Order: sequence, then C-alpha cells, then structure tokens
Amino acid sequence: MSEQAKTEQPNPPDGPNAAPAPRKAVASLSAYLPTVTLAIASIVLALLVGAVLIIVSNDDALSKFSYFFSAPLDGIKAGLNAVGDAYWALLKGSVGSGAALRGTLEKAAPLICGGLGVSLAFRAGLFNIGAQGQLIAGATAAAYVGFTWNLPVVLHLLAALVAAMVAGGIWGGIVGLLKAQTGAHEVILTIMLNYVALQILRWLLNLNAFQAPGSDNPTSPLVDSDARFPQLFGVHLGFYVALLAAVGVWWLLSRTTLGFEMRAVGANPDAARTAGMSVAKAYVLAMVVAGLLAGLAGAQQIVGHQDPLTDGIAGSIGFDSITVALLGRATPSGTVLAALLFGALQSGGIQMQAATGTPLSLSTVLQALIVLFIAAPALVRSIVRIRSQDGAGTVLAKGWNA
Amino acid sequence: MSTLEATTADAPAVVVRNPVETRRRIRVGVIVGISTLLMLWMLLTTKGGDVSFAPTSPFDENQLSPITFPAQQTALISLIIVAALGLACVFTRGAVGVALGFLVGVAFLLGFLCWAYAGQPLPITNPLKGTLSYATPLIFGALAGALGERAGVINIAIEGQFLAGAFAASVSATVFGNYMGLIGGAAAGVLIAALLALFAIRYLVNQIVLGVVLVVFAGGITSFLLDQIPQTKQLTLNNPVVLQPKAIPGLSNIPVVGPALFTQTVLVYIMYASVVLVTFLLFETKWGLRVRAVGEHPTAADTVGIKVRWVRWQAVLLGGVFAGLGGAFFTVGTNGAFDKDISAGNGFIALAALIMGRWHPIGATLAALFFGFVFQMQNQLQLLQRIPSELLGMTPYIATVIAVAGFVGRVRPPAADGEPYVKG
Repeated sequence: MSEQAKTEQPNPPDGPNAAPAPRKAVASLSAYLPTVTLAIASIVLALLVGAVLIIVSNDDALSKFSYFFSAPLDGIKAGLNAVGDAYWALLKGSVGSGAALRGTLEKAAPLICGGLGVSLAFRAGLFNIGAQGQLIAGATAAAYVGFTWNLPVVLHLLAALVAAMVAGGIWGGIVGLLKAQTGAHEVILTIMLNYVALQILRWLLNLNAFQAPGSDNPTSPLVDSDARFPQLFGVHLGFYVALLAAVGVWWLLSRTTLGFEMRAVGANPDAARTAGMSVAKAYVLAMVVAGLLAGLAGAQQIVGHQDPLTDGIAGSIGFDSITVALLGRATPSGTVLAALLFGALQSGGIQMQAATGTPLSLSTVLQALIVLFIAAPALVRSIVRIRSQDGAGTVLAKGWNA
Repeated sequence: MSTLEATTADAPAVVVRNPVETRRRIRVGVIVGISTLLMLWMLLTTKGGDVSFAPTSPFDENQLSPITFPAQQTALISLIIVAALGLACVFTRGAVGVALGFLVGVAFLLGFLCWAYAGQPLPITNPLKGTLSYATPLIFGALAGALGERAGVINIAIEGQFLAGAFAASVSATVFGNYMGLIGGAAAGVLIAALLALFAIRYLVNQIVLGVVLVVFAGGITSFLLDQIPQTKQLTLNNPVVLQPKAIPGLSNIPVVGPALFTQTVLVYIMYASVVLVTFLLFETKWGLRVRAVGEHPTAADTVGIKVRWVRWQAVLLGGVFAGLGGAFFTVGTNGAFDKDISAGNGFIALAALIMGRWHPIGATLAALFFGFVFQMQNQLQLLQRIPSELLGMTPYIATVIAVAGFVGRVRPPAADGEPYVKG
C-alpha cells in the first residue's frame, strides 16, 4: 500500500506548492491517457455499484434471488434484465434521441457555468460552497430584468444576462472582500450567504412586484419571450454561452497576469505575497468572477427555460457545481466534460425513473460514486490494474490552511 | 495569538502602529457604529408601554412571575450601553475585549427585544429550551468534526453523517424500539465515518472533495432507500416513537434553568456527557495527546512510535458515533419519521460552529449554542410579525457572518488538518 501511495503522489502531501504541477499534463495529449482510462474505469465501477442498488430495488429480481441457491440462473437473469433495462433507459434518455441530447446539453449548461465558478475559486485557493447563493442572486436579477423591463430583442436578453452576472458577482465579491479584509473563513461565509440569498428571494417573492399579476403565489411572472435564449442548432443559446464562458475562464487562468496571480495565490499565498502580489486582490477578484459565473448559471435557469422564478429555482445546481468542479479537477475543459456527464445522468435519470421505476436518486448516487472513484485513483488501480503514471490524485484544494 | 501570527506575515516594514490592530479597530468600530445607528432608529420607533419576560413556561411546575420593564427607557439604556461599551471594545483587546463584546451583544439584544415586543400582548418567553433543542445536533456534529480534524482528517461530511444517522435511527427505532434507534443512528454515523477514513487515510483522497462527495452520496442513498419503502410499509419501517423527555430528579426543580436543561430526552443528556467526554479525551488522556500530535505534526508523532494512520482511524470512527447520534436527533429525537434531506443543512452549520469554536470542543459547543439561540429567537419573533418572517429567517446567518468576520477573524486549524500521511 505504502508503495502505491508513494508512486501516485509524486508531490509530497505537505506541499501546497505542489498544486500547479499537474498542469504540465496539458503539454502532451498522451499524458491525458491514463486519466481517461481512470475516468472510464471509475464510471464503470460506479455503474456496477449502481447495478447492485437497481437489483435491490427491483421486486422481480429480488424475489427471484430469494431462491438463488436452488435456481441461480433465474435470479441472475432477472437481475441482469433489471439492470439492463434501467441503464438502457438511462442511456436512451440522455443521448438516445435529438430531444434527449438536447435535454442533456441544456441540463449541462448551468452546471458548466456553476462548475466554472467553483473551479476558478479553487484555483485561487478558495473553497467556494457559495455557488448556490450566487446562482440565486443571478437568477433573481435575470428574472426581474426579464419580466419588468421592456427592451428590444437582443438588448433584453443581454441586459438580463448582465444583471445576473452583476448580482452573482456582488454576492461572490462580498465573500472575497470579507475573507481578504477580516480573514473570515470562506467556507462559513459562503454557507451562510447561501441561506441569506434564499431568504431574500423568498421575501422578494412575497412582494407584489415579484408576483405574477392576479396571483398571490410566491411565483414570478414568466420572463418576456425576447429575453429568452433563442434556439441554435437544436439547443438554446445558453449552452454556447456556457462553452464560451469555459474558454473565457481558460484564457483568464492561463493567459493573463491576473490568472497567474490567482493560481500563485492558490498555490501558496505566502510565496505570492513575498513576490509582491496582492493576495487580497486575488481573493476578491476570484470570488467576483466565480460569483459572476454562478450568476450566469442562475440566468440559464431563468432565460433558458419556460420556468418562472420560484424559491426552488436553483435546485441542487449550486451543490452539483461543486462536484462538477471536483470531477473536472478545477480545469475549464474538465469542468465542461464533467458537467456534460452529470447533465446526461440527470436527464437520463428522469427517463429511467419513468421507464423502469428506478428512483431518480440513483442518479445522485451515481454522481457521488463517480467523483469518489475518480478522486481515489489508488483504489481504482488496485481493482482495475491501470498503469500508474502522473499524479492523477487531485491536489486542487489542500485543507483549511490553503 | 492569531493576530500575532498575522502580524509577522502582514507587516513588511517596521511600523509603530500595528496595521492588524488598526484593521481590527476599524472592523469593530464599523460594527459598533452600525449597531448604534440601528439601535437609535429602533429607540425612535419603539412604542410606549411595558415589555415582560416570562422566565417559566405555563407548563412548568414552579411558576415564577414575569419580569416587567418599561420598553422605551430600557431601549435608551441599552443604546447607551452599546455605544459606550462598544467604543471601549474598539480599544481593548484580549479577554476584556471579548467580555465587553459579549455585553454589547446582550445590550443590543435587549434593545432589539424592547423594540420588537413593545405594545405586544405576548411576553418574551424563556428561550433556553428551544436553544438547546436547536443546538443539540449541532453540538454532536461539531464534536465529530473536532475529533476528526484534531487528528488531521477534515470532516465536511457531517451533513452526510446526519442524514445516514437520521435514516438508520428512524428505521431501527421503528423495528426494534426507540433506544435501539440511537444505536442504529450511531452505527450509520460510524459507517459514513469509515468511508471517510478509508478514502482519506488509506486512499489519500483530497478530504474536501471527499466530504462533499460523501454528503451527496449519503443524501442520494438515504432518499433512494426511502423510495424503496413502499407507502404501505411506511408505518412498519419508518415510523419511530419519538423519545420522551425525562426529568432528572432534583436538578429539574431548579427554577428557570431546571426545566429547560434537565427535563430533556436521553439524547440531550448524552450530548452533555459527550461534550465532557470529548474534551476530557482530547486534552486529558494519552490518547488525546496522540490524536492532537498526529493532527499537528504526523511525522514527529510517527518518529516517537505513534501509529499515525491507526490513531486517525480511531478518531474519525469515534467522531462518527457522535455525528450519527446528532442525526438520530432529527428523527427519534424530534420529528419522528425520516424524510429526504431532513437535516436541512445543519451539518454545514455544525461545521461552521466547529470553525468558529476554533476546533475546540468547548468553543464549538458555545458556538453551536449561539446558533441555537439565534434560531430560537428567530422562531419566537416570528409570532410577532413585526419583521417579515423571511427576513427574520436570515438573521441567524447574518449573525454568523458578523460574528465570523467581525470578531472571530482568522482562525488556525490543526497544522496537518486535511493532509494525508504517507510514511516515507
């Protein structure tokens, strides 16, 4: 075991300075290969564990397993059938048809934006649990602009998006500012601000200005049709906006001075300070941009769907964004891929529930298991025997001391 | 102490005025200024008449007559106290500063209550019992966190342990009787703790990643299992009898405090004992010294022959017992049947309490009681409808932000917290 551990952690665990090292992998495509095998192996393992849950939840298979020792084939056959049906429905519901694919991509779009926000903060050494609150702030602003203002076609959508990003950015910026000025821990601040944002939204939804005319429900009117994302190649524009955001984050992190400073501060704030960088500035700006991206995710929920603003508008996207960012190892490209996978699981999960009665919560379990396995390369290798190469273990967030 | 550390890091040149201290003064000054203005506004809008405080609830045996005081005068006095002591607080540090800050908080609360309750027929009820009820799971969770993190394993998965504990407690209490529920809850907490320990210690998974994943996992698996219980079987599988309060003879007769603290369920008594036990274990025993050693400097601990990974396993698993009991509080302790996401983010608040309490069981308990108190006040004030309940609902969280950003500031976690140990 200890040998295994040694090989897979080339950077001794005591080195927060180790963070930028895995980026070297970007240099050559072949360096990605073990990571890809690892990812596939993790997904397969997660699906295997999920299969056990499906069998347990399937009455037919369970009843046949009860006489397993007298006729084992019956049980195995029924079990395989149940698993096959469920996963087939999952696959069909995620990529099986144009509509399914569209559902996947549109579910992935807010996850990409939110995940990018969490990723970016990670790179600056901040653990941003606040995507949920920033998303709520963004969704609220986008909805308000969307259903109250009257603007020409393109401008209206732009105004809604900008409003969402500003609101999210402010909500994230508060955290960065407090962290930089007072040293308060961002984990506490973001958790608390998530609740504050939700309560403010609930309060706003009780005001007449936010309620659909003639209704007393805490539900806003729908946004104007000219403030919605138009369809482009079968998917709404928001998906492309999300991809654009990913490119933007990549550019910011790897091609700008500010991005370099953020990464330096994330790797070792003391060293960055000694080198003359402003840690406070990096924290504040990282949180502003993170909030901005999460705000964009919130806008996606409003202008990308036909849904009004309610207090459940953020769903679990804020928290899923964290897992997406972790799965994507806090890189923009990884985040996009992880969000696509989660989008597929969620979109397909609905189909799976409808077709086979397997609860949607199985998708949640699968998501957690995939991230868990990917984060534990040593475990996966010991099961699947993949050649160990680069430091596939994620080193993105260190501890509280980051 | 933390300011001292920050000083060495923050001040590049020799300066007469300590910049960290200046910043602290500005911070505290801003908070005091805002609170004074807020209180002035409240004083001007406080209605005439009396406010009364009922120390005993109508259900208690020994009734005490309510204390009545004039609203406007009390509000004025508390305004003066906030302004004067607040000013003093800006210029004092250390224990005196903390004590002054506490008094300012109390005076602010008093003024606020006068504003809220003046002209209302309702008395201010004793918040002690409600505070304790909100705080109990938080304390359990924070103890679990303290044990793990003192040993160097970050535990963000408290929420996940709560969910698993709550579910297992509900089912085992329904099937085997409600005391078995506590054991079931603790066992489920240990199970999640074992996953945490396995992946963090054995497979060196990043512990923040792991914690978040375990929360998602526990949330998913408990709702999956709940979905597996058909409606027809809900009553035989997920319908526990809630624990009943039991009065401790003698202690429960103490006026005011007695009924609140000593007429409680077994789970609350276990919580009292757990706080003492964890503090004792961590700071008075050889084992505790080892736990803290592997959390601060695992290499040094290894050199003197302590089995780092094994000690970490023990600490995390023991923490699981408490977190599981905290989860049990949500089902057998209060609500009864398990429902999806029953702990509603309390695990994260327990984590916040742990950090606010600076990774010390007593500090974390006090922080949890603070949260409990604010939740309870919010709950009581909701009846008055002077403030929209949604805005009132965010006061606990705002209070935390103010407490963390204004007074607690930078905290120092155990040095090796979150860093896996590889024998080298």
